[in-house]
Amino acid sequence: MNWQEFWAMGGHAFYVWTSFGAVAAVMLANWLLPVLQHRKLLDQLRRQSRRQGGQSR
Amino acid sequence: MKTWFHQWGSPPHFYERAARWTPWFSVLALVTLAYGLIGGLVLAPMDYQQGQGYRIIFVHVPSAWMSMFIYTTLAIAGGIALIWRMKLAEVYIAAAAPLGASFTFLALLTGSLWGKPMWGTYWVWDARLTSELILLFLYLGVIALYSAIEDKRSAARAASVLALVGVVNIPIIHYSVEWWHTLHQGPTVTKFDKPSIDTAMLLPLLSMALGFTFYFAALALVRMRLGLLQRERYSRWVSDMLNQSQVKS
Repeated sequence: MNWQEFWAMGGHAFYVWTSFGAVAAVMLANWLLPVLQHRKLLDQLRRQSRRQGGQSR
Repeated sequence: MKTWFHQWGSPPHFYERAARWTPWFSVLALVTLAYGLIGGLVLAPMDYQQGQGYRIIFVHVPSAWMSMFIYTTLAIAGGIALIWRMKLAEVYIAAAAPLGASFTFLALLTGSLWGKPMWGTYWVWDARLTSELILLFLYLGVIALYSAIEDKRSAARAASVLALVGVVNIPIIHYSVEWWHTLHQGPTVTKFDKPSIDTAMLLPLLSMALGFTFYFAALALVRMRLGLLQRERYSRWVSDMLNQSQVKS
């Protein structure tokens, strides 16, 4: 099987690659979003705690 | 056992431990997914009836399994949250529900993309498809309920009740292909006799399923840490942790 045949998926390229692409996109987004959100929240909390002079409430 | 349970139930302890577990689950997920993809897309032979189009199975079936597995864990966590008021169980429900909803959506989407070339239609009101769609609505209900109620303890309680009630849908999804002989095919893997699928297809499929499970485990921990930090942002352990990390940096 060569590359061209591989991408063609026996004429089912659209269905196969849309399926795999959608799964990859959703799984990647589900990974990135909470990681970025976590970083942002930590930054925000650190800034807040610095403003209070490192004092815990 | 009791101290173990107690330690893991403590937010700061969990927050720290979960960060150490995530990389392990991530590596396991990457390895099993890589093998599953190569095995499924390249090494597995094509199907004698469906040609290459059947390869959608390698993402469709694991997504559908995850959608049911995660919902079951939601119901269990819901029970724990209702009976023992365990905070981590509440955080788990909020963290896992969106992941479960994503997998349900993917199962429906890839299923419909598989249905078009094989059945000639993207959608049909078949018993399996309809019960899986109801599962998506149940997930969305749990997510909406949790985010709509301001007080997170009562929000988690409401979401837990819905998760528990909705779990009756899980056996309905599983047995739908046997109870109603509509369009969706019967099981080929979860049968008591030998699975009616070739080993060259079965191994990558199981590897993909494992990969999805490890991925979910890693992401559930990531999302639980985030949810915990959001909920406990004004608590003592969070400010202690922030102060400590400032001294270090």
